[in-house]
Amino acid sequence: MKFVDEYRREEDAQAFVRAIRAKVTRSWTLMEICGGQTHTLLRSGIDRMLPPEITLVHGPGCPVCVTPLTQIDRALAIASRPNVIFTSFGDMLRVPGSTTDLLTVKARGGDVRMVYSPLDAVTLARQNPEKEVVFFAVGFETTAPANAMAVRHAKSLGLTNFSVLASHVLVPPAMEAILSSPSNRVQAFLLAGHVCAVMGWTEYEPLAKSHGIPMVVTGFEPLDLLQGIHMAVDALEAGRTGVENQYVRTVSREGNPAARAVVNEVFETCDRAWRGIGVIPKSGYRLRPEYAAYDATLKFEVGAITTEEPKECIAGEIMQGLKRPSACTAFGTRCTPEHPLGAPMVSSEGACAAYWLYARA
Amino acid sequence: MAETKPPAPDLGAALAAASCPVPASSTRETILMAHGGGGRLTQRLIESLFLKNFDNPALRELHDGAILEAGGVRLAFSTDSFVIHPLFFPGGDIGSLAVHGTVNDLAMCGAQPLGLSAGLILEEGLPVADLERIVASMQRAAAGAGASIVTGDTKVVDRGKGDGVFVNVTGVGIVPEGVVISPRRAAPGDVVLVSGEIAVHGIAIMSLREGLRFETTLESDTATLNGLVADLLAAAGAAVHVLRDPTRGGVASTLNEIAGQAAVGIRLEEAKIPVAEEVRGACEILGLDPLYVANEGKLLAIVAPEAADRALAALRAHPLGAKAAAIGTVVAEGPGRVTLKSRIGGTRIVDLLTGEQLPRIC
Repeated sequence: MKFVDEYRREEDAQAFVRAIRAKVTRSWTLMEICGGQTHTLLRSGIDRMLPPEITLVHGPGCPVCVTPLTQIDRALAIASRPNVIFTSFGDMLRVPGSTTDLLTVKARGGDVRMVYSPLDAVTLARQNPEKEVVFFAVGFETTAPANAMAVRHAKSLGLTNFSVLASHVLVPPAMEAILSSPSNRVQAFLLAGHVCAVMGWTEYEPLAKSHGIPMVVTGFEPLDLLQGIHMAVDALEAGRTGVENQYVRTVSREGNPAARAVVNEVFETCDRAWRGIGVIPKSGYRLRPEYAAYDATLKFEVGAITTEEPKECIAGEIMQGLKRPSACTAFGTRCTPEHPLGAPMVSSEGACAAYWLYARA
Repeated sequence: MAETKPPAPDLGAALAAASCPVPASSTRETILMAHGGGGRLTQRLIESLFLKNFDNPALRELHDGAILEAGGVRLAFSTDSFVIHPLFFPGGDIGSLAVHGTVNDLAMCGAQPLGLSAGLILEEGLPVADLERIVASMQRAAAGAGASIVTGDTKVVDRGKGDGVFVNVTGVGIVPEGVVISPRRAAPGDVVLVSGEIAVHGIAIMSLREGLRFETTLESDTATLNGLVADLLAAAGAAVHVLRDPTRGGVASTLNEIAGQAAVGIRLEEAKIPVAEEVRGACEILGLDPLYVANEGKLLAIVAPEAADRALAALRAHPLGAKAAAIGTVVAEGPGRVTLKSRIGGTRIVDLLTGEQLPRIC
C-alpha cells in the first residue's frame, strides 16, 4: 500500500539496524514519548532487533494512561445520568475508574457511544436537541485542535446541549519533570511526530539545551522509528545536543499555526494531575472562561468528585521510564488486560498492554 | 510555554505515591458486548459456564460443529444465531449471512449440508417487505449451497425488545468417509493456508454501521464455503487436518484456539497474509489489526506439508479461493502460542483479544 509499505520494507529496516550497530560504542537509554510509537516498536519487533547497548524506555505519551482517576470518575458520573449521551474515543471506554468503566455503564443502560471525531459528537447534539451530549476530550496536543474546533463549531451553531469533559495534557512539562528527576536515566528523546506536527519543536529547544541532550522528532512507522533511533544514537555518540527532525515529511519547526490558533482561542494552560505521577504545573489545557458554557465539569457539577489514587500498580514509574512493565510483580499475573490494575494495561497505547500483546516472554 | 519553564514536581514523592486504581472490573457481574466478540471473554464464558454445565465428548472438541455417529454415518451438527445491525449491507443481509454461517460451520467439519432449520425472532413493527427480502435471501443462499431449509420456528417480541429480526439457523450434514477434521490434528510441520483476503466483512460492516466513508464501498465477502471445501478435500483428502472459518475474533483468535487445542505453536508471516488495499487502509486509519477483524466467506486450512502445494492449488482454482495463500507453519515450540514475523523482520506474539477492538484516540 502506498505511503505505508515504503516505511515497512525489510531490507531498509535491516540496513538501519546494521547502521545503528555500526554506530553504537556504549550503552544508551532512549525514551520514545508516544504510546503509539511504543506499540510500533513492539508490534514490529524492533525492540528485539536493536543491539543490546540500546535500551528503549517508554514515555508518558498515552493519553488514556495518564488521564487521572478523578476525571474518569467524573466521566462515569456524567455518563450514568439518564438524559445524557456520553461520547468518547474507543480506547477510553475500558479504562477502569474507581468503581466501574464506561463499557459497564453502557451495559447497565447508560447511553455511551464511541465516536471517531469530536465533530461527530457535535452532530449528535444537533440530532438530539432533547438530550445533553458530552464529549470526553482527552489527549495530548495532537487531539486538542479537533476538540477545540468541536467546541467552537458548537458555539457557532448556538448549541446549548453540547459540552466537553476536557482532560488535555501537554508533553513538554512532562519531559521537564522526567529530566529533572534525580532518578532520571533518559539520555535522548524520540519526540512524538504528531504532537510536533501541531506544535512544531521550538518549545523543545530550550529543554534540550538546558539538559544538554539530543531529541529527535520521530514518526510512527517502523522505518521512522529505526531512523529516529539511528539519528539519536548518532547525536549521542557525536556529543550533539538539540532538536533534530526525522519526520520531515510531516513536521516543520513552527508546526501548524492554524491549529495552534484554534487551540489558543478555546483552551488555556492549567495545572493538571497525571495518573500515577501527580500534578505537573502548567501541563494541561482547560476551556477558557469564554467557553465555560461548554464545560461539562461545570454543567453537571461534578467538580466536587475527586478520587484518591490507591497504591496498587507501578504505572507512574513505567510512564516515567523508570521501570519496564515486565519489572512489575503484578504484570501478567494479577494485572492483565482483562483484569487491569492500571490504565497502561488497558489502553491500546499503554506500555503494559504492548508488552502483554506482543512481547511476553 | 517553553519560556515559562514549569517547576518540576518532586518525583521522589510522586513515585512513592505512584499508583493505579483497583478496578471494579474484577467482579463484573454483567454481560458485556465483548462476551460475544469471540475473544478471551467469549472463551471464558464457554469454558467456565457452557463446557462446565454441558460437558460431553462431542462438545469437548470445541469445533465449529459437533460430530455425531449414527448407524455408521457421521453427522456434523451446528447452530448459529445472528443479531446484526444493519439487517441489509453491501454484499448480503442477515438472512444470507445466517445460512452461510451454518453451512460454513458444517463445511469446517468437512461436511456437505443435508438440511437446515430457520428460527426467526421478529420485532413488532418490522416491515413485512423486509422479512420477505430476508426469507428470499435465505432460500437463495441455501439453494446455492445445495441445501434445503426443512423446518423452522417464528416468534414475535414487543417493539423495542429486538433489533428488527434475529435469525438462528441450525444444520446437519454428512461427513464423507475418510475425512477427519479436528483442531487437535494440527501437527508440527503443517502449513497454514487462508482462502483469500482477510478482514473484508468486518471492515465493510463497521464502515456502514459507523458511517465511515471511504473512496470505495467495501462489500462483504459472505459466501458458502462447502463447494470450496469439497474441492480442497478432493485434492488433499486426509492431509487436510484442520478447517476453520475465522469469523468473530478474526484469524488471530481462530489460530490461537487451534494452537491451544492442538498444543502446538503457529508461526505467521505478516507479509504473506493477503489483505485488500482498501481494508488495510481502513485498518491503518482506525488503528485496527486486520488479524482480529471478522471474516465471512473465508477459511483457514491446516494441511500436511506434503499436500500443501496441492491444497493451495485446489483453493486457487475455485472462484472463492483465487487469492488463497500459505501464511504460516505449525511448530512444536511454544505450544498454545501464535507468533508473527513482522514485515520488517521482527517477531511478536499474536494474542487473543481481551475485549472488542476499539479504534484509537490518535
